[in-house]
Amino acid sequence: MRPFSYTRVSDPATAVEEVASDPDSAFLAGGTTEVDLIRIGVARPRRVVDINALPVSRIEEAPDGGVRLGGLARMSDVAAHPVVRERYPVLARALESGASPQLRNMATMGGNMMQRVRCSYFRDGDAACNKRAPGSGCAAIGGVNRGHAVLGTSEHCIAVHPSDAAVALTALEAVVRLRGPDGERSVPVGDFFLPPGDTPEREHPVEHGELITAIDVPPVPAARTSVYLKVRDRESYEFALASAAVVLRVQDGAVAEARIGLGGVATTPWRAHRAEEALVGAPAEGASYELAAVREMREAVPRSMNAYKVELAERTMVRALRTAAARAEGVG
Amino acid sequence: MTRQTSRPRLPSQARREGREGTRPPEAGPGEVEIALTVNGTRRTVRVEPRVSLLDALRERLGVTGPKKGCDQGACGACTVLVEGRRVLGCLTLAITCEGRPVTTVEGLADGDRLHPVQEAFIANDAFQCGYCTPGQLMSAVALLEEGRAGDDAEIAEWMSGNICRCAAYPNIRAAVRQVRDARAEGEGGR
Repeated sequence: MRPFSYTRVSDPATAVEEVASDPDSAFLAGGTTEVDLIRIGVARPRRVVDINALPVSRIEEAPDGGVRLGGLARMSDVAAHPVVRERYPVLARALESGASPQLRNMATMGGNMMQRVRCSYFRDGDAACNKRAPGSGCAAIGGVNRGHAVLGTSEHCIAVHPSDAAVALTALEAVVRLRGPDGERSVPVGDFFLPPGDTPEREHPVEHGELITAIDVPPVPAARTSVYLKVRDRESYEFALASAAVVLRVQDGAVAEARIGLGGVATTPWRAHRAEEALVGAPAEGASYELAAVREMREAVPRSMNAYKVELAERTMVRALRTAAARAEGVG
Repeated sequence: MTRQTSRPRLPSQARREGREGTRPPEAGPGEVEIALTVNGTRRTVRVEPRVSLLDALRERLGVTGPKKGCDQGACGACTVLVEGRRVLGCLTLAITCEGRPVTTVEGLADGDRLHPVQEAFIANDAFQCGYCTPGQLMSAVALLEEGRAGDDAEIAEWMSGNICRCAAYPNIRAAVRQVRDARAEGEGGR
């Protein structure tokens, strides 16, 4: 493990100043990604700036009926929060289906949004990887790609985005609040994750030294019956092969509102716009869900080992939609 | 417990001198003296900032209960409590634990009296080789505090961060159930 130095900060302005002014400094929050990547030589900061003492860890009800999650709120605390559980079960479930209890006690919401991919070629310092070493190629495209993405890929990167929480936040249309040297700004989650395209090394529209201070989840009344379904190789403590976050509102037997996020199959937390368009106005029944799912996955680009993900994602979507519809009707 | 707020004693000065004098100090990359409170005892130790809590405990402080399994946050053998919450020692930097009480498996027993979860592990034969056991014990203690021992499925899910290569899982669950039920009985008898 390469040596690095350490600075502890206690206010956001200093945190931003310390990292923004030094290209080789990096924020340290929960450390569950950062310490791991430093140890394997993929992240190489000169110095880590420990932001754990910053006062941005609260979980607060917003006056508009939404909730504000502090950038340093721990995954476990967000998942356990009564307001989150009541208003956004999709988020609580997504959080609790990720990682392990120990990791969730450490990992922060901001860190979750900034976590790096789990592609083994990215983590292996010797393999070709355009994300880690731009221009070196992508060893996954012709390599072992069973776990890789089928949506949002490019010829330069097919690494899947690993987050569960971000999939739920995508369906909920959350907003990421950033603080940088030039002040504060907000980025909708839909714009926060960049598809790899020609620049897979650039994953977010975030400047060096910009800090996630909060994630705002807007009021979404239909989310009270929302669903997160995760399919994986093991029953627990494993990344998704396919997952679906579904917010569904049914009125008079028809779909009145549908928001779907997909995980485990795309290079970003995926918003299934095509499926949503197919669903709104359609009868709330299995045939509609199947058509919508197929429509979403029509543009999938499978590789040598991951063609199964197309059908798996379709079935995951359909099952999550059925579950969400049953819950919505149970309430209605 | 009081929360210690003092900064680490830093031998190195801020790198870029000549800027405003209010910049926070920079420690390392060489060794720094830090103070850790482990199982109720305050101890000072010299570590580089890159040293994990796990390595500081095992290699510097002689606290070898927490085990190094994968060293990448996957196996749970290094599970300890920091400020009462279960975390992974391998992905925690020791220097971040100043002023945050650390509890390891060595801190569970009261003198010669084992913790009820330790007793239950013995009674239920909840291990074979024992390498993962310190981590399993710390997770089980935390899980019971968290109220996640409702049924076997819940215990399995909330113990999933602790891998047992010998697959002692059924007996680990039995041990957790036994403590859960004993506590419920104790409360009912009040």
